Amino acid sequence: MQEQEEETPVFTEECDIAVIVNGHRYEQRVPVRLLLSDFLRHDLGHTGTHVGCEHGVCGCCTVLLNGEAVRSCLMFAVQADGMVVTTIEGMAGTNSDLHPIQQAFQEKHGLQCGFCTPGIIMSVHAMLHENPNPSDEEIRHELSGNICRCTGYQNIVEAVRLAAERLRQQQMEVQ
Amino acid sequence: MKPPRFQYCAPRILDEALTLLDQNREDTKVLAGGQSLVPLLNMRLAGPAYLVDINRISELNYIESEDGYLAVGAIVRQRQVERSALVQEKHPLLVELVKHIGHMQIRGRGTIVGSIAHADPAAELPALLTCLNGEVLAQSSHGERVIKAEEFFTGYLSTALEPGEMLTEARFPWIAPKAGWAFMEFARRSGDYALVGVAAVLTPTINDRCLSAQIAYLGIAGSPVRGHAIEDVLVGTTLDEPTLDAAAELARTLVSDDMSDVHATVEYRGVLTTELTKRVLRAAWERRGH
Repeated sequence: MQEQEEETPVFTEECDIAVIVNGHRYEQRVPVRLLLSDFLRHDLGHTGTHVGCEHGVCGCCTVLLNGEAVRSCLMFAVQADGMVVTTIEGMAGTNSDLHPIQQAFQEKHGLQCGFCTPGIIMSVHAMLHENPNPSDEEIRHELSGNICRCTGYQNIVEAVRLAAERLRQQQMEVQ
Repeated sequence: MKPPRFQYCAPRILDEALTLLDQNREDTKVLAGGQSLVPLLNMRLAGPAYLVDINRISELNYIESEDGYLAVGAIVRQRQVERSALVQEKHPLLVELVKHIGHMQIRGRGTIVGSIAHADPAAELPALLTCLNGEVLAQSSHGERVIKAEEFFTGYLSTALEPGEMLTEARFPWIAPKAGWAFMEFARRSGDYALVGVAAVLTPTINDRCLSAQIAYLGIAGSPVRGHAIEDVLVGTTLDEPTLDAAAELARTLVSDDMSDVHATVEYRGVLTTELTKRVLRAAWERRGH
């Protein structure tokens, strides 16, 4: 078969993208200026990803992009083409069991109004993946990218500590 | 909030990107990590007609040890540098400094070179590049050139880059094995842009005097400021307290008169500059080899 020569790329206002979100593959045509946060919320109906400041400061819109915590308001949906996105909707198990991080936030009362919570859970997920046993100082440092106006963070730090402990335990049981 | 309309292209090859940049030279922006550009678009403070997204150009994704410097390609994320065993071992000052940039969610996407190209006066990397006598590589479809840090940053959010050019690499010179180094900044909240920051590298002589000094500041003028006069004061000394006081007083005079804003007055920036100068110089000297 003759090798197909790649076309020279051209500027466009719309693109076809394929993104895997929480294990489901979505194929869609999107305007290039559509933010990933708006794509998740408006196009896919995953409204768990919240939108606060829309310029990368508040942390509410944090999602995992190929496992890395990123601000979904600071990238375009078209940039996620071919990538794997995990949102808060992808955290609980199939029979709606809460993820250990979610469970810990519930038990430790790590939230009040809950607006910032999805972003915090996703950030904590990335944090604990990289550092399963963080010190309180490390927890506080990594949480600095998420703003919560209700709790005063005390219970959030406790929730993260508990979640870390349980995830480590879970990991040991697997091994 | 919606960014204004623009035309977008995400080439996979550098040559294609350079061609695209050449097509509409005056009204095209390069999109790398987007952690500064996308907020500007969201708030409609910027509205380029064309965006060239370089994130898929894998040939720009490299961290390499070169003769004389560490080379970082244009799409290397700040987190990548933070985690790189090579950088941790061979350029610890860069790792230390990068940790001060934004939050981990910002560094996961933000690039080293993008921060330099954006040239925010309060950003860490432009100050480091200035401190180290670093260089950047600028390429266009008509060729390439190497630009020294002190010639690259020309003012507030302004650089020596010409329309049609883009930065493809940043070069951070190695620090001499016995040199001590430090970076400190003062920000009102963790992850905020700093009000003032200082990077310093001090090399000792065999009899433990200062052989050479390099010091640069962020947040005290429209672009990073190299403290040449301070360096002259330090060379030949043992960095005793009177020398540090003299250096700190000189540092205060480097704060530009127009640096009063809602975050800090010129006077307050002056106080921060003097104190940070002393602390950074002490910390760097403490870290020197014998």
